[in-house]
Amino acid sequence: MSDPCTRVPAFGPGGVSEVSPQQCDHLLTEALGRGGDYADLFFEHSRSSSFSFEDGRVKNVGRGVSLGMGARVVDGEATGYAYAQDLESGPMGEAARTAGSIAAGGGATRPVPVTEVSCPSFYPVETPTLMTPDADRLALIRRADEAARAYDPAVKKVQVSLGEGLRQVLVATSDGRWVTDEQPLFRFFVRVVAEKGDKRQSGSSGGGGRQGLAYFDGQRPEEIGREAARVALAMMDAQEAPAGKMTVVLGPGDSGILLHEAVGHGLEADFNRKGTSNYSGRVGEVVASNLCTVVDDATQPGARGSINVDDEGLRGRRTVLIEKGILKGYMHDRLSARLMGTETTGNGRREDFTVTPYPRMTNTFLLAGESDPEEIIRSVNRGIYACHFSGGQVNISNGDFVFSLTESYLIEDGKITAPLRGVNLIGNGPDVLTQVSMVGTDFAASDGIWTCGKEGQSVPVGVGTPTIKLAGITVGGTQA
Amino acid sequence: MSDSTDRMIATAESLVTRALEKGADTAEVLLVTSRELTAKIRLGKPELVQQASSRALGLRVIREQCSAVCHTADLSPAALDDFAAQAVAAARLSEPDPDAGGPDPTDLAAPADRPDLDIHDPNISSLDADRALAMAVAGEQAARDHDPRITNSEGATCSIAEGQRVLVTSGGFTGGYRGTYVSLVVEPVADDADGKKRNGHWWDGRRHLARLASPEAIGAKAARRTVEQLGARKLDTCQVPVIFSPEAGAQVISTLFGVISGDAAYRRSTYLLEREHTPIASPLVTVVDNPLLPGGPGSRPFDGDGLASRMNVAVDRGTFTGFLCDTYAGRRLGRPSTASAGRGISGPPGVSSSNFYLLGGNFTPEALLADTDQALYVSRLMGFGFNPVTGDFSKGAEGFWINKGERAFPVSEVTISANLDDLLQSIDAVANDLDHRTSTASPTFRVSKMTVAGG
Repeated sequence: MSDPCTRVPAFGPGGVSEVSPQQCDHLLTEALGRGGDYADLFFEHSRSSSFSFEDGRVKNVGRGVSLGMGARVVDGEATGYAYAQDLESGPMGEAARTAGSIAAGGGATRPVPVTEVSCPSFYPVETPTLMTPDADRLALIRRADEAARAYDPAVKKVQVSLGEGLRQVLVATSDGRWVTDEQPLFRFFVRVVAEKGDKRQSGSSGGGGRQGLAYFDGQRPEEIGREAARVALAMMDAQEAPAGKMTVVLGPGDSGILLHEAVGHGLEADFNRKGTSNYSGRVGEVVASNLCTVVDDATQPGARGSINVDDEGLRGRRTVLIEKGILKGYMHDRLSARLMGTETTGNGRREDFTVTPYPRMTNTFLLAGESDPEEIIRSVNRGIYACHFSGGQVNISNGDFVFSLTESYLIEDGKITAPLRGVNLIGNGPDVLTQVSMVGTDFAASDGIWTCGKEGQSVPVGVGTPTIKLAGITVGGTQA
Repeated sequence: MSDSTDRMIATAESLVTRALEKGADTAEVLLVTSRELTAKIRLGKPELVQQASSRALGLRVIREQCSAVCHTADLSPAALDDFAAQAVAAARLSEPDPDAGGPDPTDLAAPADRPDLDIHDPNISSLDADRALAMAVAGEQAARDHDPRITNSEGATCSIAEGQRVLVTSGGFTGGYRGTYVSLVVEPVADDADGKKRNGHWWDGRRHLARLASPEAIGAKAARRTVEQLGARKLDTCQVPVIFSPEAGAQVISTLFGVISGDAAYRRSTYLLEREHTPIASPLVTVVDNPLLPGGPGSRPFDGDGLASRMNVAVDRGTFTGFLCDTYAGRRLGRPSTASAGRGISGPPGVSSSNFYLLGGNFTPEALLADTDQALYVSRLMGFGFNPVTGDFSKGAEGFWINKGERAFPVSEVTISANLDDLLQSIDAVANDLDHRTSTASPTFRVSKMTVAGG
């Protein structure tokens, strides 16, 4: 672990690794010694910090650091990958040659000498949270705990966690790029168990992003604590949910999980390059109701899923995926873009230096429409209103996706009524967005809590949506 | 134990000593190393070859009942000195927890209590990228040859891992073990109507190379599972018996672990509070956590606290025998540990399963099916729909409609729901096809009634 007060870039003079452009040129030359179309080096230095607060005390403090370099060589559709944890020329050279052994041989490829490329700044943070005084962050945790307990005497257990990271990356590529980025991130989360008589229920809430402590200005810790308690209390008397196809209204913000699962993954280009997604070969076709415009936006200031550069050294950007119901394009990494003969979209992401990048979402949003959210609820005779979720999953091949509601209510005669027990929604990707019959004006992005898993790798993401009405989706309750 | 294990123990011991010198009352070091090889092919050609070795360690220190856990991969002596000092400094930020800390030293596993669990296969070390690629090619080819309706492929992946874990604690525990693992997954794709694709991937994974199913068998089964899903449709919403395949059943059993864990008990995050020693499942249900299973994917000679592993019967013919505990959860609940501690490098020990499984019954799965008039057979579950506090269980499912003991047609895009309490009490048949391919495992079983939501 390095001194918490220094902020020298991890890679370069005075950093944890004094790797130079010349050294990268040399390693890339070694990587392409047997040929290949492309090579890159991914240097990563990650620091993490965590506080776990439970039963009224700071129960554990965690700290960690990891450092390494992954070398990749791409030859046609084949990728060779290896990494080194010791950033000395010996182990790094061996990783480069091991990665390069994927190439068929028959002549080396010359890399373009690297030169520094600047990147945008979508998350300018003066002091990453894990470099701020510990006492300041512990005070935020205590405030959330106190607010959750004060919400109602039924609140029996409160857990608060603050997880923080500071990831510094350097990407050096055989097409001549040398790009660095510093990616701060934190996630603040409160979980509550409330009990009344023999009834017990849990609730949670959280937030965060690529921001500094200013995120917590005002009463933010108290709001998160109270929100977790509110959900637990609101769901205490939940009744069994209905089963079958129904009209469902999704509240703004976290409901964007629906998009992430129903269309987001299916539009990641690796599946489409291989023709294994049910969105394959459908660019230009209608895949959603004309009320739907979906973007993947890495440029949202301070958002959890934002990236200045992706993990292949390309700038983060905003990509329109679906415009007024028409499929416009896919999210690409370098490999899929090259093999599909198109432009990259800067969506090549990876969990860390030990693994290869894949096309991944950043912040995936359904843009605002024209309906008054109140009017959307009033328009439903009988249905469900859902506003808190625990996650989702999709089967890319057949398009079936699920997402799990942790706070939902019946809608009866245009009014939100009884709370419902935890229930799962299931739909089919290409079908569900054609069911979107109203889109609200109240777009909201999720607060920064979501993590996406694919190929065994986790990356932080954002989602967002206004209030939307789905004319029919299967609700997995118990009341048949 | 090998030379490299001895070196790892020496590194861990030196870090424990450093941490005590810096003022820790307790210091515990987990050091893990691994070598991994992943070989992925698609349509007969290499798509990814990844190989690397890695190492990392986690240090827990406790000083005046205040805990911190720090992790690093920099094992140089100078770095470890700083690291130990920073861990002790971090512990000053936490607050006294009288229950924190390792087990009573007299309870620690003695070297004689550490059985050979048959989890290391030297043949796996010699498996190289070419051989792994060849296994993947053979698996995919078998799938494509099996049925002409296999039109595409997500590929096939052969993965190999060799790892070592060493735990040294200031309470007096020193131990380490090695393990190996090899797996092969094949993912064929078929085209269905309406542009849908079907992917019925299949895989096997074992501690020993010789015990891995052949690439041909894995590929053929993957192909069969893929084409079986062609033409899948929804069901009308109904309440029917549900049969869980071993794979779907393992997911149910996995949710059960979450509510019988001592961590959930002291956090009051389980619907099973105050249900110990009472029936929580049908008398057909016996569930064990067995870290001593020879060759098991979740086998471990000692737990994350350094206690000797032992088999625990968690549910005995329907009766909940008690929460599984590590040392900490046991102290919180006022009882001894059940030696159920798991441990990673980046956090304190916590209750974790080893090989956790529902014991098999007397039926063959074929006989169980034949004994069923109408039911939904679930081959896959999807989603996060489980609330441990209330037991509400609601997940996406795909599989088959069973009519008069036979598969009638494939089903997808439905959900199945019940409270886990009702689900476990309603298990009315358990088959004998338990296979320890995964650390949490289940045979085929049937639940007499659940709500299936569809069109």
